[in-house]
Amino acid sequence: MLEIKELAVSYGAITALHGVSLSVKPGSIVTLIGGNGAGKTTTLRTVSGLLKPQAGEILYNGKSLVGLKPHRVVELGLSHVPEGRMVFANLTVHENLMMGAYLQRDKNLIRASFESVFATFPRLQEREQQVAGTLSGGEQQMLAIGRALMSRPKFLMMDEPSLGIAPLLVKTIFEKIVEINRTQGITILLVEQNANLALEISHFGYVLETGKIILSDNSAALRQNPQVKSAYLGGG
Amino acid sequence: MLSRSQYYLLAAIAVAFGASWFSRSYNPYFLDIAVTCGINITLAVSLNLINGYTGQFSLGHAGFMAIGAYSAATVTTIFGDKLLPLVGGQTWILFPLALYAGGLVASLAGLLVGVPSLRLRGDYLAIVTLGFGEIIRVLLQNINAVGGARGMINIPEYTNLFWTFGLAAITVYTVWALVNSTYGRGFIAVNDDEVAAEAMGINTTRYKITAFVVGAFFAGLAGGIYAHFKQYIAPQGFGFDKSIEIVVMVILGGMGNTVGVIIAAVLLTVLTESLRKFGDYRMILYSLLIIVLMITRPQGLFTWTAKRKTA
Repeated sequence: MLEIKELAVSYGAITALHGVSLSVKPGSIVTLIGGNGAGKTTTLRTVSGLLKPQAGEILYNGKSLVGLKPHRVVELGLSHVPEGRMVFANLTVHENLMMGAYLQRDKNLIRASFESVFATFPRLQEREQQVAGTLSGGEQQMLAIGRALMSRPKFLMMDEPSLGIAPLLVKTIFEKIVEINRTQGITILLVEQNANLALEISHFGYVLETGKIILSDNSAALRQNPQVKSAYLGGG
Repeated sequence: MLSRSQYYLLAAIAVAFGASWFSRSYNPYFLDIAVTCGINITLAVSLNLINGYTGQFSLGHAGFMAIGAYSAATVTTIFGDKLLPLVGGQTWILFPLALYAGGLVASLAGLLVGVPSLRLRGDYLAIVTLGFGEIIRVLLQNINAVGGARGMINIPEYTNLFWTFGLAAITVYTVWALVNSTYGRGFIAVNDDEVAAEAMGINTTRYKITAFVVGAFFAGLAGGIYAHFKQYIAPQGFGFDKSIEIVVMVILGGMGNTVGVIIAAVLLTVLTESLRKFGDYRMILYSLLIIVLMITRPQGLFTWTAKRKTA
């Protein structure tokens, strides 16, 4: 579904990605783990069209995404839940979700999307008229995911959904991610620092270190990998 | 069926018309302040769309105003003799057409500034727009056909309370309706988080340009009203300090708070009058006001609800 080949991205003189290649199969959850500054967020942002690559290719169902504007990428069915939640703090929950359906013109489809998002996150329905800036961290994360779902994506990219959220809610959010994947059949590319949880729910994993993929395997196998264990899972 | 806000718009225009009818019996000094208030409301509310709602810091609003003022004045003063017979000698037809022309030219300038400015954010955008305002001023100073540095004289006095407040009402209504529409929520989204807005498929470029074009259009109209009110315009009247004055109104009223900005525009206009006796020290008082305000009420004088960024 998504093929990234030898992707290279730099911020001015600093190179963030040195030839990253990865592939995501339809219907799967693929996770990209790695430490701070490894290039995880850069990878997602480049796929979304928010950053321009220096070299390499990004193919989505065989179509190149390189050079496309972000709104064109969304039109193709890729949606991005940005890092640090980034909800529109001055808009209400309802308005935030409307923004997610921005490219959707069909009112019936928008209504159906609302229902589906509220079915996944009942909490958002309770807070529909509340200004997003006043939600808790976990609720804002739900809103960010819900907003991304409003565009009816086939492919969802999530950037650190566990960042800065109460541990109890992290578990709920990861359960929702699995639910979205299973019941709605949405393919997910998940970027996470919490490697343990990410490998638990995903099918396949890539380990990114200073802009390079150093390991890739089935998630179950990666969890047993001694290198991953010592570096990312806090085990010896 | 008209919506409630459309009734408000019609009511405001009707009041402006009614007030205008009796304007001969008013004290001219009062009339002068009232018209200035109306012009400033239009300027501040239109700038609020760019600076407040969309979060693009523009310091060039006086430039748009100047373009509108000179364009409209050119139509009525230089070409007035030829154009007036075409509309049956009716100044009430010529005037709005001249104003409209001024607004269109100004919005074209808004497009020109908007497009290259999109790559720039925050301080850099402020500097570019500041430069734009100065370029306009210097250009006007060197165009002899419109009087150059001496300014343009003998502009007919077409402005009255009706045109001034009619325009102010239309500006307020347009900005309000725009921002409160589903489409318009995009302006606030761009302001709240540009990256997230882009990631949602919102064409942030288009919103920013729209904000500049619409803001500049109304600033241009306000310029036309101003020109036909003072009957004399000169480039130095549209300098940097005029832009700052409008920015202060927006900050004082609260970024993205239309009602607050209207109150601030009126308050500052009246304040300016009462500070006249301090002459050139006025700008110092302005600066002090901003400093004190930024420390004590960063959300604006008339914003009570906690609608500030959380992160």
